[in-house]
Amino acid sequence: MSAQLATGPAPAAEQPVVAIKDLKKYYPVRHGFLRRARGAVRAVDGVTLSIGSGETLGLVGESGCGKSTVGRAMLRLIEPTEGTITVEGRDITRLGSAALRPFRREMQIIFQDPFSSLNPRMTVGDIVGEPLSTHGLASGADKAERVARLFDRVGLTRAQMQNYPHQFSGGQRQRIGIARALALNPKLIVCDEPVSALDVSIQAQVINLLMDLQRELHLSYLFISHNLAVVEHISHRIAVMYLGKIVEYADRAAIFTRPGHPYTEALLAAIPVPDPKVRRKAKALQGDVPSPVNPPSGCAFHTRCPYAVARCKVETPELREIAPRQLVACHLR
Amino acid sequence: MSVAVSDSSEAKRPVTGDNQPPILSVAGLKTYFFTRQGIVKAVDDVSFALKRGETLAIVGESGCGKSITALSLLRLIPDPPGRIVGGTVTLDGVNLLSLDEQEMRSIRGHDISMIFQEPMTSLNPVMTIGRQIGEVLALHERLTHAEIEARVIALLNLVRIPEAQQRYGEYPHQLSGGMRQRAMIAMALACNPKILVADEPTTALDVTVQAQILELIVDLQNKLGTAVILITHDLGLVAQTAQRVIVMYAGRKVEEANVEDLFETPLHQYTRGLLASIPRLNLMRGEADAHAARLQEIPGIVPPLYGLPQGCAFAPRCLRADDKCRADYPPYEEKAAGHWAACWHPGAPNGSAS
Repeated sequence: MSAQLATGPAPAAEQPVVAIKDLKKYYPVRHGFLRRARGAVRAVDGVTLSIGSGETLGLVGESGCGKSTVGRAMLRLIEPTEGTITVEGRDITRLGSAALRPFRREMQIIFQDPFSSLNPRMTVGDIVGEPLSTHGLASGADKAERVARLFDRVGLTRAQMQNYPHQFSGGQRQRIGIARALALNPKLIVCDEPVSALDVSIQAQVINLLMDLQRELHLSYLFISHNLAVVEHISHRIAVMYLGKIVEYADRAAIFTRPGHPYTEALLAAIPVPDPKVRRKAKALQGDVPSPVNPPSGCAFHTRCPYAVARCKVETPELREIAPRQLVACHLR
Repeated sequence: MSVAVSDSSEAKRPVTGDNQPPILSVAGLKTYFFTRQGIVKAVDDVSFALKRGETLAIVGESGCGKSITALSLLRLIPDPPGRIVGGTVTLDGVNLLSLDEQEMRSIRGHDISMIFQEPMTSLNPVMTIGRQIGEVLALHERLTHAEIEARVIALLNLVRIPEAQQRYGEYPHQLSGGMRQRAMIAMALACNPKILVADEPTTALDVTVQAQILELIVDLQNKLGTAVILITHDLGLVAQTAQRVIVMYAGRKVEEANVEDLFETPLHQYTRGLLASIPRLNLMRGEADAHAARLQEIPGIVPPLYGLPQGCAFAPRCLRADDKCRADYPPYEEKAAGHWAACWHPGAPNGSAS
């Protein structure tokens, strides 16, 4: 992998908050009585990304493309099979749990379903304050005051601290998840489909909150989503994944005005635009996403690509810079 | 089954005549749920009409009553706790609400069918795809086994399931999400119904597969002349497929218009808020970039249906609500030709209707 790819289209001068290089996560597929590994699901297959300070990197792709696995591996919530994770210049890939602790504070995560990620038997005040106790940062009145300020910040009232998760609506629960993530003053938050389960009128509230917090606290986000309209709105740069690999990595303007990869093009063409005057031009992509257990040879997208040529079936394309700050993995570019 | 019409797979909207009588008309439909918290008016006085070959979208957020409206048309409301307490659903001159269960069973799947969001939960996991689709035919028509099999394979081809012969003998878990939804559509269309009710048919699918299924529904609609009621929360889907749109809020219809008028000049403040709150993909459409701009929020939450406020249900979240809104429910009126809304302050913030 060339040196240029290590930073991607990020501003080269600045050290990224977090960078992953050649990250791989394989899951063994076991069969038979002895449960021997007979192959591997290549959930993530050589992904290189970096996120700068105060930046939002959108990570898009269809189900099973490995986007959530990238987010979890970046936080070392799952152990990568290969590759390195660097946080503010320091390699954390092999750190033990004690050495990793200070880095855990720097990086937090919020999930799609804010109900299953909140303990139903704890008051939401305790839920938001728990990370402060776990890391020994605050207790007693000090902790209560910090939790109260977090509630103010995410638009909940202090009186609600005594309530339990089931007493809140979906949007409010997502605010609680965000408050808990903010408790440790992280630099990066991995947002894994944070608005997908919310009603349309509530999505805007949560997106605005995330963007306000980014401005105020200079947060970085890895924003994982399949909703391209939301990703267009919130991201600075966007990486498009297909079957465990990044196929395009560029600034949002490039992705949405001159997509370089046929898959990006197809994704954009498939968005139902909320305007009856804009008619869909392209025909829908044929077929389904192939299984990552047995991905197609060469370029994994060749089975569905309308432009595929013989070379695509045999040779795997590398990510190359086809325009300044726009990396595309396609032979035809 | 009249399948062999032109094979133009180009997605285009079917043309509907304005003067033809509706094939389905719903008047004053009321579906209530009797719970310990009180009476939940899930569908409260909803009326609409559907023409042959037309696509009518019903949009709204969770709990607005859109799915219950759809289930009421097929009389699939779980009783108890739910019950259709008023109104009529007239299909070809017959009020479905006056039929007995036996008669209703001959209507479901034959004259009016439904597809659901998650095809896996609506398919029987221990029955082959072929038998499940064939079951519908066996129920409604007198056919031999060989005829049924031939018809099912023709249906699988119609919904563009590859290797139809082989898929006929497979089980639902052997199919991908998109293929399962195609099988559901094949089952729904088996008897060439007049009306297809599609409840969030693409919500559980990936974006590219979603586009395939939509193309398929529109294409089949053109071929077969089926009228579609599309239940969804996705305004993009509405803009791309519907001719007419009903907006529901808290169990009631708050606005109805043809799709161009609704997106161009939304009248109800809730519709205006919804349209303003979604990211508009300005970059892709070659318009000015709105990255830094905030999305417009609708404050507050969707209200629970028991104990709705007096007056307009949207008033607590509406920026233009006044004492009148909080006191009286606004009348549902035709504010412009073919454009109906229930709002005391329709239109743009400056007060004009456009």
